[in-house]
Amino acid sequence: MAGYILNRLVSAIPVLLGISIIVFLIMAMIPGDPATAILGSYATPENVEKLNRDLGLDKPLVQRYFIWLGNMLQGDFGRSFSLNRPVLHEVLERFNGTLILAGTSFAICSILGIAAGTVSAARQYGLADKAITFAVLLGISIPSFFLGMMMILIFAVNLRWFPVSGMWPIYGARDLSSLISHLTLPAMVLATVATGVIARLSRSAMLEVLRQDFIRTARAKGVRERSVIWRHALRAAMVSIIPVLGVQAGFVLSGAVYVEIVFQWPGVGRMLVDAILKRDILLVQGGVVFVAACYVMFNLAVDVAQSLLDPRIKT
Amino acid sequence: MTVALEVTGLSKTFALGRRLIGPPRAHVRAVQPLSLTIKKGETLGIVGESGCGKSTLARMLAGLLKPSSGQIEIEGETLNAADSPTFGRRIQYVFQDPVSSLNPRKTIRQIMEAPLKHLHRMSKEAREKRIAEIFTAVNLRLDFLDRYPHEFSGGQAQRIVIGRALAANARILILDEPVSALDVSIQAQVLNLLSDLKKKFDLTYLFISHDLAVVEAISDRVAVLYFGSIVEIGPANQIFTKPRHPYTKLLAESAPVVGRPLTAPEGREIELPDPQNPPQGCSFRARCSRALGECGFESPDLVRVAENQMTACFNSL
Amino acid sequence: MSFFGLLARNRLALAGLVVMLAIVVLALVTPLLPLADPDVTNTADRFKRPFEENVILGTDHLGRDLLSRLLWGGRLSLAVGFASALIAATIGSAIGIVAGFYGGRTDNIIMRGVDMLMAFPYILLALAIVAALGPGLINALIAVAAVNIPFFARNIRGVTVSIAHREFVDAARLSGMGDARIILTEVLPNVIPVIVIAMSTTVGWMILETAGLSFLGLGSQPPQADLGSMLGEARSALITNPHTSIVPGAMILVIVMSINLLGDGVRDALDPRLRSGALSRPMPNTLVRRKEPVPETKNSALLALSGLKTQFHSNGRIHKAVGGVDLRVRSGECVGVIGESGSGKSVTALSVMGLVASPPGVITAGAANFAGQELIGATYETLRRLRGDRVAYIFQDPLTALHPLYTVGEQLVEAIRAHHLTPKVEARNHAIGLLKSVRIPNAEERFDGYPHEMSGGMRQRIGIAMALANDPELIIADEPTTSLDVTVQAQILSLLSDLRRERGLAIIFITHDFGVVAQLCDRVAVMYAGRIVEEGPTHAILNSPAHPYTARLMACVPELGRGRRELAAIPGQPPVLDRLPEGCAFAERCHKAMEACRAGDISISATAGQRAVRCIDPKFRATDAVR
Repeated sequence: MAGYILNRLVSAIPVLLGISIIVFLIMAMIPGDPATAILGSYATPENVEKLNRDLGLDKPLVQRYFIWLGNMLQGDFGRSFSLNRPVLHEVLERFNGTLILAGTSFAICSILGIAAGTVSAARQYGLADKAITFAVLLGISIPSFFLGMMMILIFAVNLRWFPVSGMWPIYGARDLSSLISHLTLPAMVLATVATGVIARLSRSAMLEVLRQDFIRTARAKGVRERSVIWRHALRAAMVSIIPVLGVQAGFVLSGAVYVEIVFQWPGVGRMLVDAILKRDILLVQGGVVFVAACYVMFNLAVDVAQSLLDPRIKT
Repeated sequence: MTVALEVTGLSKTFALGRRLIGPPRAHVRAVQPLSLTIKKGETLGIVGESGCGKSTLARMLAGLLKPSSGQIEIEGETLNAADSPTFGRRIQYVFQDPVSSLNPRKTIRQIMEAPLKHLHRMSKEAREKRIAEIFTAVNLRLDFLDRYPHEFSGGQAQRIVIGRALAANARILILDEPVSALDVSIQAQVLNLLSDLKKKFDLTYLFISHDLAVVEAISDRVAVLYFGSIVEIGPANQIFTKPRHPYTKLLAESAPVVGRPLTAPEGREIELPDPQNPPQGCSFRARCSRALGECGFESPDLVRVAENQMTACFNSL
Repeated sequence: MSFFGLLARNRLALAGLVVMLAIVVLALVTPLLPLADPDVTNTADRFKRPFEENVILGTDHLGRDLLSRLLWGGRLSLAVGFASALIAATIGSAIGIVAGFYGGRTDNIIMRGVDMLMAFPYILLALAIVAALGPGLINALIAVAAVNIPFFARNIRGVTVSIAHREFVDAARLSGMGDARIILTEVLPNVIPVIVIAMSTTVGWMILETAGLSFLGLGSQPPQADLGSMLGEARSALITNPHTSIVPGAMILVIVMSINLLGDGVRDALDPRLRSGALSRPMPNTLVRRKEPVPETKNSALLALSGLKTQFHSNGRIHKAVGGVDLRVRSGECVGVIGESGSGKSVTALSVMGLVASPPGVITAGAANFAGQELIGATYETLRRLRGDRVAYIFQDPLTALHPLYTVGEQLVEAIRAHHLTPKVEARNHAIGLLKSVRIPNAEERFDGYPHEMSGGMRQRIGIAMALANDPELIIADEPTTSLDVTVQAQILSLLSDLRRERGLAIIFITHDFGVVAQLCDRVAVMYAGRIVEEGPTHAILNSPAHPYTARLMACVPELGRGRRELAAIPGQPPVLDRLPEGCAFAERCHKAMEACRAGDISISATAGQRAVRCIDPKFRATDAVR
């Protein structure tokens, strides 16, 4: 097992390098001159040239990449000009907020999605199946930003059950209960789409498995139907559901961008959009690499979970 | 006697766990270096159990798989690289599963025309005429031509596949378990058709099967494959009645036959050798009741034990 | 049924199609409609409510007509969504086909690149691309398309790999086709349905994504608006003037929902597995819908089937798999049921304990009495208590019949504990004892092994051990040795024969092999087209078959040791089960068929020596069978 984890860790290194290269190249494509953007009205030719030298932008591309990579490995992601503070500090602070939001949503959508999919498959063409199928269709068709706005309108503005926005109350204690009341709406909105997708895939994975010979064997053994569904079928279906969970984690992280903006949630997604609009390239670059790296590590954990479930994967 | 097909030192090693760069994690030897000669007009049967390498061998002979070593000589000409069109004019392949060897999205006419068009560049009229000839030979109605493969039963589909092989005008046909997917009553129809076609078109067959009785009924000579090598080769009417290799004997005694009482020919519960860790010496040694000391060190070569019969055993029967 | 026929049958998909078409038509004619200019601002008229002063949907924060903006914006959103889907599908599929077809190093390198792109949460990549190219609708389109290319590439590669390894591709090679021609004429036509499915289920998603980027202010730039940017601009007035948000938001919802409905319909219509009903869930018991009166069974035997009929109902067709089977099995007796594929032998076996998958299976008539208890129509709990306890099954393919993710031991213990509240330690000891009784070497070690770590023969021994777990009175073995090699088959058969004698088991042995029947069974029933045509003591039937089908089928079987020869064959094909002929089903292929054979139902009649045959002229000597 340890060997397998080590093996996966080693194989993540080229992926991480690849990610850094892709991000670096995309950012290098940017037309115009970052120095001009940074200096704004102070952009005299001398100033631009000086800043370019300070930022190392006069060096060849490959060299610039390795300098950037080397700095990053030492924890230096550069300095955000729009916020005037180190990129890493800002990203870490903001990522905390995203992690709370996305983590909660991910837990909700995994549990809800798998349960709904399993029930739906077990009662195929029944009332529960039809209701779930319709709810799922609605869930994956509604844009999360629109859903978020409607939720605010209904539950925060009209019913006043939850606060309108933010992560913490402006005045008052920053305790768990206030976090939960702030978190509920955005977490639900963020979980909606992923729940739908997971439920859908769980349903079809379950239907596929329920046709398999070993399900017939379980029934021929006289195993109770509840156990056939939840022990035999679901376990086998998890083999195809778990990779989907990994992909959906990416969708939850992505959706977080919209939800953070709609709910004014202090997260990394909102930071990135602001940074793009302000053309704060180093902040975009650092934020993207950091979040992508975290996602790679998460998928690694998914692989390990998969290998624990499926003995056929060679450890 | 003219030689239709001659194979020398042919082998295939598969790499497992191929990486982007660097050597693969492991190798599996599917076919050990082996040599074979098939005479023109002959039917050579190849028998063996699953995993013995019979399909790998067949695919190499048809140029569908590049051999790791050795050479293939067809009608006196050496064909080495896996170059299908060159092979296609000389050697054709009939697969086990007739349904998956016909493209579900093409009509039978399109399927039948492909070899005529691409191998022989025939004109439309010539193609029409040739297809009609072939369809008569394989007992199919011409109105089948505009239908799609899913409309046919297994037996009919296999006739179509045989028809396509004939259309290429190759003189050698590799028949890879051509009747295993068919029911007994249909199986006999196809086997008899194959015999008729052989006489009519002067063909040479390489007939692969796991069913000894079927192989015996259709072949002139039979080669027994175990773990990637030929352990015995001899005339069909002799090899199973007077086997010289213990494995051939085991095979012949294992097939359930009406009128023979049920016995387990092997006393022990034996697993096949692991291809990733091949045993030293003779690969059959662990299952063999006649194993000698030397069997554990050296693998025996094929040696002549009777007229036309060769076996690879230090202590042959 | 045709693709459109199937699509039209799906009401939800049809509704989606209608809405979708209406929206597309609306989008196309938008320039022709007498609408206000969508981009002309008039701050005096800002935030008008719907239906206020003849503006149907009201106005936005700059006083622009919402209806006009909605239609123009919807037009833009649709166009951008479809364009990005088309681009992503084309490029992604091309990459996927090349990688899947060529395999090896090409595949490896391409797929590493794709994995790299998929390692990003998609929005990060899209944001990075927009950041680089600058905000704008076309750039958003490029970003969304680029982000979705890996999805298509990976999907299509998977399908291509499975197609490239099919035999017809090899055959095309041997027909002289080059790679390019094979890709275009052999692979592509088989991949296109998958591309269409992937596209139809992602177009909606791509419209959402482009709208999302516009919502963030990174897509369409003012004054031009698509639905996403309309929502983005309206957000600041959400609380005061919600209608400016609801109008474009609802429009996106309607568009995406109708596309998704239609997409699901397309998927269902194109996916062959869905079409054949292969993805419907089998119920715990076979459906029983008996219209005819249930036959009385006086059962002196262990198991008595009478008049059993099982059908498969799918797509309006009825396959009569089992058309009235009577069979008796006494305690300790081994009865062979022999027949070719489609003869109904396996379905008969599975019907006994209600294990025929339904849908599509339905038991339409008959009774099955086991030791005085009626099985057909019994409650689920009654059957469940019997299954595996008093009546056990052994299935054909031991690899698929065992659960891949549980150890052999866990599966054996479960079989015991499903019926007997045995403490775990005791169950474990019992299970190890079972493994020993089926002659598995190192039983204690094997107990913790998984099925995939064993050979086919070992797996089938596990299957047998599992069937023996609760000392059943009857074992129904459905072709248990068909997927095994001959040498292994011999071992398994001798094991079964020994166990049967030791434990006094009754066995129903389903097979297509006369040799196996001869060696193992006391009695044999021969099935053809869903019915038993002949039944009796094994040696009697094998020595002098009375039914022409039995005789001729036996003659077809090549026997080892008879040298090279012409084989006997039965001309023609077995009948199709949804169009069975009147009278004898074998008449079509029988050389002595007469008019009476096709006239009406022929019943099975008992003859001397405990034999029964379903033929009006059964006097038939064995020697005549050989042609």
